[in-house]
Amino acid sequence: MRHQFLIHDAADMVGVAVQDLIPGPATGRVQQTGETVDLEVHEDVPLGHKVALRDVASGDEVIEYGIAIGAATRDVRAGQHVHVHNLKGQRWA
Amino acid sequence: MNTTRTIQAYRRENGAYGCRNHVLILPVDDLSNAAVEAVARVVQGTLPLPHPYGRLQFGPDLDLHFRTLIGTGSNPNVSAVVVIGIEPNWTKRVAEGIAATGKPVVSFSIEGHGDFATIERASRAAKELVHRATAQRREEVALSELLISTKCGESDTTSGLGSNPTIGRFAERFVAAGGTFFFGETSELTGGEHIVADRIVDSEQRAKFQRIFDDYQRCIIEQEADLLGSQPTEGNIAGGLSTIEEKALGNIQKIGNAKVDGVLEMAEAPDGRGLYFMDTSSAAAESITLFAAGGAALHLFTTGQGNIIGNPVVPVLKLTANPRTAETMSEHIDLDISRVITDDMTLDEAADATEELVAETASGRWTASEVLGHKEFVLTRLHRTA
Repeated sequence: MRHQFLIHDAADMVGVAVQDLIPGPATGRVQQTGETVDLEVHEDVPLGHKVALRDVASGDEVIEYGIAIGAATRDVRAGQHVHVHNLKGQRWA
Repeated sequence: MNTTRTIQAYRRENGAYGCRNHVLILPVDDLSNAAVEAVARVVQGTLPLPHPYGRLQFGPDLDLHFRTLIGTGSNPNVSAVVVIGIEPNWTKRVAEGIAATGKPVVSFSIEGHGDFATIERASRAAKELVHRATAQRREEVALSELLISTKCGESDTTSGLGSNPTIGRFAERFVAAGGTFFFGETSELTGGEHIVADRIVDSEQRAKFQRIFDDYQRCIIEQEADLLGSQPTEGNIAGGLSTIEEKALGNIQKIGNAKVDGVLEMAEAPDGRGLYFMDTSSAAAESITLFAAGGAALHLFTTGQGNIIGNPVVPVLKLTANPRTAETMSEHIDLDISRVITDDMTLDEAADATEELVAETASGRWTASEVLGHKEFVLTRLHRTA
């Protein structure tokens, strides 16, 4: 089956939807390795938006591209939408 | 890159190659816009560049004004220039700066003559320069002779996944083949600046980069403002980008794994070949205007949500990896590479397609932004006027 989300780096905590995701099972692909990842999606995640690949506690750094892109501002569960409502940058803050 | 690939381009007096052949009518200041636009209405084949600045500026802000106007006139896509200013001294300064490239420049000041006499004198001169420009012919030259710049706009996560890595692959090949490539967007490196710094070969250039980056950070932090909505933009956020760090990490995909050979001030021309970082705003029109003033003859622009930018002097080629944008904004998109993220198109295939389109554009084919008339020429200001 074709992938529905992409992951930049195997260490990433988020994937990026390449089509609109709806709750249910979804398949991801790690860009670097081509490895396949299965995930149960719990919320609508629009094309281009991020989905959590695992649980993230409030205050923890969120990793994408293998690097911190900010910190969670509340607890996030695997399969949830990750965006400005639960993620904030650590620069200019 | 296919290192033997050639294009048809215009050779300038200083040895630079251009892919367009403009006769510019260039105002030194806001007061001269009316005369500039009148000349461009009378004399077909000329390109007026009206802008709102050039009076009572001082210090580094004035230096940048002169550097940008002189650089724009010196751009290899420009055949010849008519400079018009309100008074003779600054007018002469701009004209002499451009004339140093060896290309024809004539200049006129309005004080003591008025608009009518200035328009007539400038129109007669412009007519001769159009005759000369239209007699010039393109010649075959290696694609790597062209100076190319890149920047992304209204980015989203598809930029970092698809279109920016495609430019990165193109940049790696182009620079390896001897080409010169600009990237910039100082504020938009925040969170990935260490990656760029590590790529800078020369320690003095690395220190220069760090100074430029730190200055910009200070400027932002001193405002004590929440930049969410500005940087990332509302469009970025709609497209799924959440933080400046995430945007920066996507942004720097545009240089691939290439080493950085030099660091330039705004609108500064490079003194060699290779990959150069230029200090620029991250706003599209400002940064492309600065790259063009530094000598870029063609611009590669990636977009996620659909930035529609163009430039009067430099053709702006637009790529997207967002399948929705490729469909809903198709008239603005020169190359749809969305299959990089939705399917199995490789970065090499996408870079091949980019190279093909770059070569066609450099040889004369118009970009979407040219056909649609996008001519955003925006001068960067550093501080308030005196």
